[in-house]
Amino acid sequence: MTPAAPAIRVQNVSQTYGAAGDPRRVVALGGASLEIARGEMVCLVGPSGCGKSTLLNLIGGLATPESGNIWIDGEPVRGPQPQKVAFVFQESALFPWRTIQENVELGMEFQGVPVSERASRARESLATAGLSAFASHYPRQLSGGMKQRAQLARALALRTGILLMDEPFAALDEQTRMVFGEELSLLLANAGKTIVLVTHSLTEAVFLADRVAVFSARPGRIKQIVSVDEEHPRRQSFMTSPKLAQLRNELYDLLHDEIRSTMNLPVAEPGQ
Amino acid sequence: MNSRVTQRLVQAAFVASIALLWHFATASGRVAPLLLPPMPAVGHELSALAADADFWPDLRTTLFELVMAFLLAAAAGTAAGYAVSRTRYAVRTFEPLMAGMYAVPAILLFPLYVLFFGLGPGSKIAIGATIAFFPVALSTVTGLSGVNRLYLTAARSMGASSGQTFRLVMLPAALPAILAGLRIGANAAFMAILGAETIASFAGLGHRIVSMAESMDTAKMFANIVLAMSVAAMINIAVSAAEKRGWKHEQA
Repeated sequence: MTPAAPAIRVQNVSQTYGAAGDPRRVVALGGASLEIARGEMVCLVGPSGCGKSTLLNLIGGLATPESGNIWIDGEPVRGPQPQKVAFVFQESALFPWRTIQENVELGMEFQGVPVSERASRARESLATAGLSAFASHYPRQLSGGMKQRAQLARALALRTGILLMDEPFAALDEQTRMVFGEELSLLLANAGKTIVLVTHSLTEAVFLADRVAVFSARPGRIKQIVSVDEEHPRRQSFMTSPKLAQLRNELYDLLHDEIRSTMNLPVAEPGQ
Repeated sequence: MNSRVTQRLVQAAFVASIALLWHFATASGRVAPLLLPPMPAVGHELSALAADADFWPDLRTTLFELVMAFLLAAAAGTAAGYAVSRTRYAVRTFEPLMAGMYAVPAILLFPLYVLFFGLGPGSKIAIGATIAFFPVALSTVTGLSGVNRLYLTAARSMGASSGQTFRLVMLPAALPAILAGLRIGANAAFMAILGAETIASFAGLGHRIVSMAESMDTAKMFANIVLAMSVAAMINIAVSAAEKRGWKHEQA
């Protein structure tokens, strides 16, 4: 491991679904490159199908890129790296037959953490996620927001340097998302983790990220990176600030034509 | 809560009205007691059953056949279901084959089984196990091949080995479906065994019922039928309770 290496380095990565010659063959990613520094939070935004989630899975080693390279801490990715990378998934990926506490302990069980340490680490991360009172509940007894917090607690308990989040708020209503976003900002500011988060919400991206990577329409490439120069943790006042609105509009302008093209709408020429 | 109470009341009223119908049909004398014996006569025979020296060995034979058939079907069915669920190719190839064979009335094999295993419990165990095998195997395939992909992805991302994935993720995820298959299998085996006993046998509840019908002892026959029905009900209650325990997270 090279100390100077970025936490995550993605170089010219492409990924295709479907066999060559198949009319349904889809080029999900067409040569994406990105470097993410240690402790940085990067949000990936872009039109649906642009390969944001694909890139996240490739970084996490859940799939192998067709071409291009990915390094984590300077080492090439060859498969899941549970010691270094933890995931928070889109829908609830909690196991319904296990209590919240047991769900949080499962990853540690896979990795051979001793039983007593599992329990204390799980309690600790449940407390961080504000779920101490729900440790012995089953997932279906929790609201959508609480389930996602439990997923976050499970990821935190693994004590990885990197957290990959695939639309963790997608199933939540807008108010819950906003409050959860604030909580997440506070929580992550103290955690010092490297985070990559895929989201559809531009407001959320600006609110949470140090940098926002804007994807082009399929085949996805990173079109532009927008920096958000604002201290963490970010508060409600930032949510309603003109600065956030201006950055969000900037993102929207970048995405507008890409989204029209994925919807097969004509891209408007200036002056028309 | 309230609707549950009314449901129970309606159920009780339904059973009571059948009993009433039975009572009036026999009391009015319009139905010959040979075809439908009066209820008190059946009740009397039912209480006399326990004292009948032949009854207990017959019950024991049937229950022994059922337990053996169920264990065989459970072991073979879950093993076959597991083997088929391993690859998508095998699921697509063998699942329709098993579903097709499940639809064939397997009781047709019974004469063959009598030739193979004789008139004793062997042929009953074989037919019960054959009939119970398919629902167990099919629901095992459904359960194991239908595990939410996200659970598997999540397990892999957290560093689960393939053994851990099977034991800690796939098995518990598939358990409700497998238990449902075992419940259906247990009931099907009981029906098949009783049916087979009425066709060709030396002993068992089905054998008793046929021999009583042949000797026109209808009241005794009805008493045995009521008993067989309560055994079936008890089997159903027992396996449903086991199934509910497997489902506990869904009920929560």
